[in-house]
Amino acid sequence: MNKKALASPYIVWSGIFIIIPLCMVFFYGMTDKTGAFTFDNITAIALSENAKALWLSLLLSLVSTAICLLLAYPLAMILSSINMNHNSFIVVIFILPMWMNFLLRTLAWQTLLEKTGVINNILSFMNLPALQIINTPYAIVLGMVYNFLPFMVLPIYNSLTKIDPNVVNAARDLGANGLKTFQKIILPLSVPGIISGITMVFVPALTTFVISNLLGGSKILLIGNVIEEEFTQTSNWNLGSGLSIVLMIFIIISMIATAIFDKDGEGNVL
Amino acid sequence: MSRKLIDLVNITKAFDENVVLDDMSLYIRENEFLTLLGPSGCGKTTTLRIIGGFESPDKGQIIFDGKDITNLPPNKRQLNTVFQKYALFTHMDIAENIAFGLKIKNKSQAYINDKIKYALKLVNLDGYEKRMPDSLSGGQQQRIAIARAIVNEPKVLLLDEPLGALDLKLRQDMQYELIRLKNELGITFVYVTHDQEEALTMSDTIVVMNQGYIQQIGTPEDIYNEPENAFVADFIGDSNIIDSVMVKDELVEILGAKFACVDKGFGNNIPVDVVIRPEDVELVRPEEGVIQGVVSHLIFKGVHYEMEVQANGFEWLVHSTKLFPVGEPVGITINPYNIQIMNKPNSEDEEACAIDE
Repeated sequence: MNKKALASPYIVWSGIFIIIPLCMVFFYGMTDKTGAFTFDNITAIALSENAKALWLSLLLSLVSTAICLLLAYPLAMILSSINMNHNSFIVVIFILPMWMNFLLRTLAWQTLLEKTGVINNILSFMNLPALQIINTPYAIVLGMVYNFLPFMVLPIYNSLTKIDPNVVNAARDLGANGLKTFQKIILPLSVPGIISGITMVFVPALTTFVISNLLGGSKILLIGNVIEEEFTQTSNWNLGSGLSIVLMIFIIISMIATAIFDKDGEGNVL
Repeated sequence: MSRKLIDLVNITKAFDENVVLDDMSLYIRENEFLTLLGPSGCGKTTTLRIIGGFESPDKGQIIFDGKDITNLPPNKRQLNTVFQKYALFTHMDIAENIAFGLKIKNKSQAYINDKIKYALKLVNLDGYEKRMPDSLSGGQQQRIAIARAIVNEPKVLLLDEPLGALDLKLRQDMQYELIRLKNELGITFVYVTHDQEEALTMSDTIVVMNQGYIQQIGTPEDIYNEPENAFVADFIGDSNIIDSVMVKDELVEILGAKFACVDKGFGNNIPVDVVIRPEDVELVRPEEGVIQGVVSHLIFKGVHYEMEVQANGFEWLVHSTKLFPVGEPVGITINPYNIQIMNKPNSEDEEACAIDE
């Protein structure tokens, strides 16, 4: 009983800041301005501009997740093959950016990528053509990959370090070369980490509006931006809540996928 | 005996500054059950890993069947390993585990199915094809690990403390199982263990190792009855190791008393180590003994009593089926054939081993 009492501050906290807001989202999402029950806010996702924003969000987060996976897997393999205690410098290099504020890192990219920003100054100094990716989907993908990469690396790294080195040795011993060992043993055994990583990159990428605001200018609207606008500019809380519910469905699907594949809880490290 | 199959020539291996194997040479004959025996850190597992190809020696050569395989990766070697803690592929069922090596070699499905059936029968686990490794007990997983290795028909099977994680009863059953397998398959076994009883039970040849050096190579009988130095004597079974003086041929002075023995050629008045197994110390009435003492401890061990006898300033360990109660004065005699005389260690390494234990 004593231990349960210790959890009460958190229970109060989650009641006020998680449960109640969630209920409010559902209430607003299911009603119109007069308070009457309606599905209009949810079906509004089918309107062309909302659907376009959702489609673009899905596309960009999928692309970002794929790029993260391609970058993170080899990185996690390298990290897991070296002795952490002896090479903590390498680890610090990868972890250090994670300690800095997310907003700050994204603002830094904005400054770097601007038409007259740091990168273009250097390029023009070297008489190279200017880089024009700010305010394009490419910049948003870059921002997503940069910010969410560690969330892909860590679960994969975790699942790789859990593989008994003798299991890999056993595969070699039974005649498998390096590539076969990777295909048949290492890759399948790291699937839980991959699934975890995919969820942990895909979900925040799908819902972000800060990255698209800062690096996409106001031209590119992701579903996160649309929802944000409904709350902050149009003050249509009902529509914003309705679209949020739609987005939540996608998030829940990702969570279920994780729960099915990641039984060992690779993602729990974060 | 049969011909040499594996020849390790002057193998040296160090991890960072720590020399694990120092200029070690060893050969393994065909169809032999050879056990590498020693305390942890003696280099036995490293030796096995070097034969298996998971470590490469800093110096030296590995000759397999007449060919130098020193730089060959594990997948190109004609031997298979049974790892400590089994190392089964947990994402595959038992049949897939066993088929792994055969699929790599592109054998036909019919051949693979036959082999799986044969291997499961051999390890007494018929019908387990579709089970997952996690659903099996430790002993069963170990059998699968052995089955997975032997379907590839290796010339040599390397076993790295395969019974270490099993309980006593199961371990004893598996020892008989392994001897049976070895006889049925007719292949060479190289076995690593720190358990002297396991080594004595199963081996044709035992290699006792300590601190990267081979201490003695011999049959189980040789190792037990004629230990070459104090380390081997102490590591294999219980023993009384006593500082003594070889007075002349066939006469040794132990703790001030003269005992007849059968050893010759040590010289006159030479300090030696004497090893006497506890079961070879005979307790008699005080007046019949060469030296006299008092029983100080007594434990019932089932087959025999284990007693400690204080005599001439030494605590003798005695195994006997006859009971002598604590406090009883007794005499000690020893059959001359049961007194094993060893030269005092002369190298620092041997000294180090003795202290280590």
